[in-house]
Amino acid sequence: MTQNPNYTKYHPKWYRKRMPIFWWVHKWTHAKFILRELTCLSVAFYALVLLFQIRALTQNQQAYTSFLELLKTPVSIVLHGIAFLFLLFHTVTWFNLAPKALALRLGKKRVPDQAIKALNYIAWIFLSSLIAWIMLTI
Amino acid sequence: MATNITLEVLRYRPEEESEPVYQSYEVPYQKDWVILDALNYIKDTLDGTLSYRWSCRMGVCGSCGMMVNGAPELTCASFLEKYLPGPVRVEPLVNFPVIRDLVIEMSDFMEKLKRVSPWIIREQEKPLSDGEYLQTPAELGDYEQFSMCINCMLCYAACPVYGLEPTFVGPAAIAIAQRYNLDNRDQGNKQRLEVLSEDNGIFECTLVGECSVVCPKDVDPAGAIQRYKVVAAATWWKSLLMPWGR
Repeated sequence: MTQNPNYTKYHPKWYRKRMPIFWWVHKWTHAKFILRELTCLSVAFYALVLLFQIRALTQNQQAYTSFLELLKTPVSIVLHGIAFLFLLFHTVTWFNLAPKALALRLGKKRVPDQAIKALNYIAWIFLSSLIAWIMLTI
Repeated sequence: MATNITLEVLRYRPEEESEPVYQSYEVPYQKDWVILDALNYIKDTLDGTLSYRWSCRMGVCGSCGMMVNGAPELTCASFLEKYLPGPVRVEPLVNFPVIRDLVIEMSDFMEKLKRVSPWIIREQEKPLSDGEYLQTPAELGDYEQFSMCINCMLCYAACPVYGLEPTFVGPAAIAIAQRYNLDNRDQGNKQRLEVLSEDNGIFECTLVGECSVVCPKDVDPAGAIQRYKVVAAATWWKSLLMPWGR
């Protein structure tokens, strides 16, 4: 391989087109990819909220109450709504891609892609229900 | 019924122009014609200076890959009918340097292909008198899909990662590496993993997935890369937890 991939010695006349910064806006599959990559920001957002909530919990009663009040503000609710939609997109797109990375075998037969997807969704629903149950009953 | 269809072909003649320009050609529309037939018609009757690669006309040689209306296609397998009423834009494969008109420079791919050692590696060859290495249909099935690659490079044109990072080994080379890794006669996994777990290898891939969409042979390079990532990660954990193991 050449040291600089954008130049080849003795061949100054080869035409090379650079990829534009907004290469991903022209095609839906590319835009969807960028959107999927950006959804990681929502994951980070939720993680930070959780960390701050734990910090408030370790401080005192008043800190925790004011943190809960902060969560109830319209700005926070709108932000959570957006983050939730992005998280759903994140989960669904990655679950649908899971069979790409997993080629499981049962005996001689390969586990069908749909079954791998279904297992992911079942685990997701089960864990979410479990957490919801813990939060609502305790 | 259409009688003619217009092809807008990207021309690049380095001795004449520094930037490629589009040139329109009107070709007769025939139901059984593919883009390559239209290009051959141009070359034979309208403009003999047009340069492009082709050979087998039947989706085996992998040399007629071009961008058709912005998507990488084998021009011998794309019927004009699909693009009615036209015009159809025919451009050289993106992400590669253009030598002339529709001819791209492919030695970067050739070099990358060689780097993954796409042949059967044995720690020790058995003597000829022991006969051939036998394989069951199931063992063949393990890698058969990846052996269908015809090196047409459509996946490289579809891969934005390769476009942005030309040092990326790329979809086809990794799929072909998997073809040999999954072959039970081969013992070169470790050697290939060393090459492919480097910075420019499998972990450069961000799973856009377009390589598998455009592949004319359903090789699924995206799947090959993701499965390779799982293997590489497992090998790394194993070497961390059991450093005494091989």
